[in-house]
Amino acid sequence: MTDLLFARSQMAMSLAFHIIFAVVGVGMPALMVIAEWRWLTSRDPLHLELAKRWAKGTAILFAVGAVSGTVLSFELGLLWPTFMEHAGAVIGMPFSLEGFAFFTEAIFLGIYLYGWKRISPRAHLAAGVVVAVSGALSGAFVVCANAWMNAPTGFRIVNDVVTDVDPVAAMFNAAAPSQIVHMTLASFAATGFAVAGIHAFALRRGTPHRAFHRAALQIALWVGLPAALVQPLAGDWSARSVAERQPMKLAAMEGHLKTGPAAFVIGGWPNLETLEHTGAIEIPGGLSFLLHGDSKAIVKGVDAFPPDERPPLAIVHLAFQIMIACGSVMAALSLWGGWRSWRRRRGHGVALPDDRRFLTAVVLAGPLGFIALEAGWTVTEVGRQPWIVQGIMRTADAVTPMPGLVVSFAVFTALYIGLAVAVVFLLWRQILKTGVSQTPLGLTSELPIPTPGSTASYPTP
Amino acid sequence: MAAAATELAWTLPHAVAGTMVLSLNAYVLLGGADFGGGVWDLFARGKDRDAQRMLIADAIGPIWEANHVWLILVVVLLFSCFPKAFAHLATELHIPITVMLVGIVLRGSAFTFRTYDSKRDHVQRRWGRIFSVASLLTPVILGVCLGAVASGAVPIRSIESLRTVTFGERFIDPWARSPFPWAVGLLTLVLFAFLAASYLTVEATDDRMRTLFRRRAQQSQVVLLVLAMATLMIARAENPLLFQGLTQGRTALTMHAITAIAAATSLWALATRRFQVARLAAAAQASFILWGWAWTQYPWMLPPDRTITELAAPRITLEITLGMLAVGTMILLPSFVYLFRVFKTREGVE
Repeated sequence: MTDLLFARSQMAMSLAFHIIFAVVGVGMPALMVIAEWRWLTSRDPLHLELAKRWAKGTAILFAVGAVSGTVLSFELGLLWPTFMEHAGAVIGMPFSLEGFAFFTEAIFLGIYLYGWKRISPRAHLAAGVVVAVSGALSGAFVVCANAWMNAPTGFRIVNDVVTDVDPVAAMFNAAAPSQIVHMTLASFAATGFAVAGIHAFALRRGTPHRAFHRAALQIALWVGLPAALVQPLAGDWSARSVAERQPMKLAAMEGHLKTGPAAFVIGGWPNLETLEHTGAIEIPGGLSFLLHGDSKAIVKGVDAFPPDERPPLAIVHLAFQIMIACGSVMAALSLWGGWRSWRRRRGHGVALPDDRRFLTAVVLAGPLGFIALEAGWTVTEVGRQPWIVQGIMRTADAVTPMPGLVVSFAVFTALYIGLAVAVVFLLWRQILKTGVSQTPLGLTSELPIPTPGSTASYPTP
Repeated sequence: MAAAATELAWTLPHAVAGTMVLSLNAYVLLGGADFGGGVWDLFARGKDRDAQRMLIADAIGPIWEANHVWLILVVVLLFSCFPKAFAHLATELHIPITVMLVGIVLRGSAFTFRTYDSKRDHVQRRWGRIFSVASLLTPVILGVCLGAVASGAVPIRSIESLRTVTFGERFIDPWARSPFPWAVGLLTLVLFAFLAASYLTVEATDDRMRTLFRRRAQQSQVVLLVLAMATLMIARAENPLLFQGLTQGRTALTMHAITAIAAATSLWALATRRFQVARLAAAAQASFILWGWAWTQYPWMLPPDRTITELAAPRITLEITLGMLAVGTMILLPSFVYLFRVFKTREGVE
């Protein structure tokens, strides 16, 4: 492997790792705020307990997100100095705004986590709302910067020098709106489904705390299902945006190999020599219809681009298919859930948390949101290759001259594997061992929310 | 018109650079003290070592994440407003920055894991060990990077000289060859530990803790003074130009004088148990050390030959960034005041 490949692998790994925690940082605050709000309106201690549990999970995951995000901001320079040298002044604006949003999020998360007894319940809830809103905003700002790499604008290049810089135009680039909507929905869908999956698992297995898990499942579904339901529309919007600005990426992800009327390709492995698929199901004219409303419309295929401007086709197509498959299952589950609860309102059937088949489906769908998320980012990033800035700068020209990048790749891989194991281990200990299934509710001493001055936060030998 | 444009071409980059030093100053006073707390966690000894660690954890817990963002702000300002400097430093100092990042990741995550781990056993103690060792390592490397830049060891090279330079000369020598960056690294570490001890005298809830951290503050102040002298000596032997910058000119000397007064005030206030005064004096001392460094390398951003103005991004980027800083400050400042009022005043305690 070359240094370039190690740099790309390190960046991919760092992003794939960070994105999980970033998404949880957007989704979890919404869950905990809804739980706390329900506590304030109903005074049901169950909801307070739930808000505190979720806050604790948020704290652990947010911390890892904060430090892995710091790594990324440095890695932009450690791995891609030439990119930052030219792009820094153009796309610095959304990064600065993200900095402020993140600042606000960190301040109010501190207040939320440690301030249960120090401020009024209303002020506490308000702090949670600020965390949720600034979390969503900081995600949107970072996506703006990524969208600029797909639809670069707001500058001119004269003799290899970047001039006429317009940071505002760069930030509000054409790819930004669809990417922001798609990603924000993904955050809520992925977090909602994952949390719903955990509580559905407990309900399905049988637990003495049914009321607790029912309440949790309900809130998680309220966040996850609507987001998953509208996500296909946002995805369609994103695909049209890609078709317009990055026809090569579109051809790669859809597996559209030959220019002409485009079929919708499901599955299959693209063969670069023959420009044919092996083992694919094709819906003739499907892609042309989705993009242009006309099944005969001509769509540029992979063959329209010189080989040195094509991304790795198989990876991009496969990742895209995985995302679509996960998203479709989640949307279908949302429809089912919606239909069931509509019937329940009219007096038919049982409530969702009592339906074992529905619970099984929710448990199985739990990880799908995060799988779709990782697959989707693979499409975005690998699909843009060989460019780091679409049509402007190649990734190979942006990489650091530092040799031996295998070392830093190995260091960060080991670090992130260690962190991932630690986080899973910790949440496991929290949720499964001392929490959910064994402790009677109301015994908050078993679930220490550390407050300054408490002994709960530190071990005694 | 032309004169006004030239003036702006000077003012804007300097306003951003000044803001960066201010942010770094906030990071040193707030984030630095959090690292210092980790150092005292590592050195917690005796029967009440768990009480010491608890006091430190309670002091850091609610605020360390917000404090950490100051560093991110510095990095973001550097790459959007001085992209060439950022690209250059990230390339040449790749190795120490990577080590520092590993330290930052381990410090933050291990601290959180320890706080939220639900069992009190050896696993939790292991998080504590990782947290405190990372708190020790990270400030040293941060100081090494700043020291390497200040001593002019990380110059922007010409394309011709890049062809002949070896791996060692380019990527290792700038921070590893001379003892000066390491002296600055140690100085940073002891400064952070000193800040933490000074703050903890105020935050301690009982007299025993207060006395303990008072002694720690006094000891680290003495070590700090010795290290500062040693750093100056090394600068004189290694790098006469830097030494000249550190010791000549009215402004440099004034800053040293103020630093010395702050140090003396801190020692006096600690001796007479005026802890609020000692905390202020410690913060002033740290700030003036930092501004002293900034002034020493002024007007160079990358000594020995690149100025702040030369490395600045286009004017429009600087203007927008400064505008956003102004608006952002209006949101952030009240938020910070609220955070510290909730957690750092006695009234709030139930």
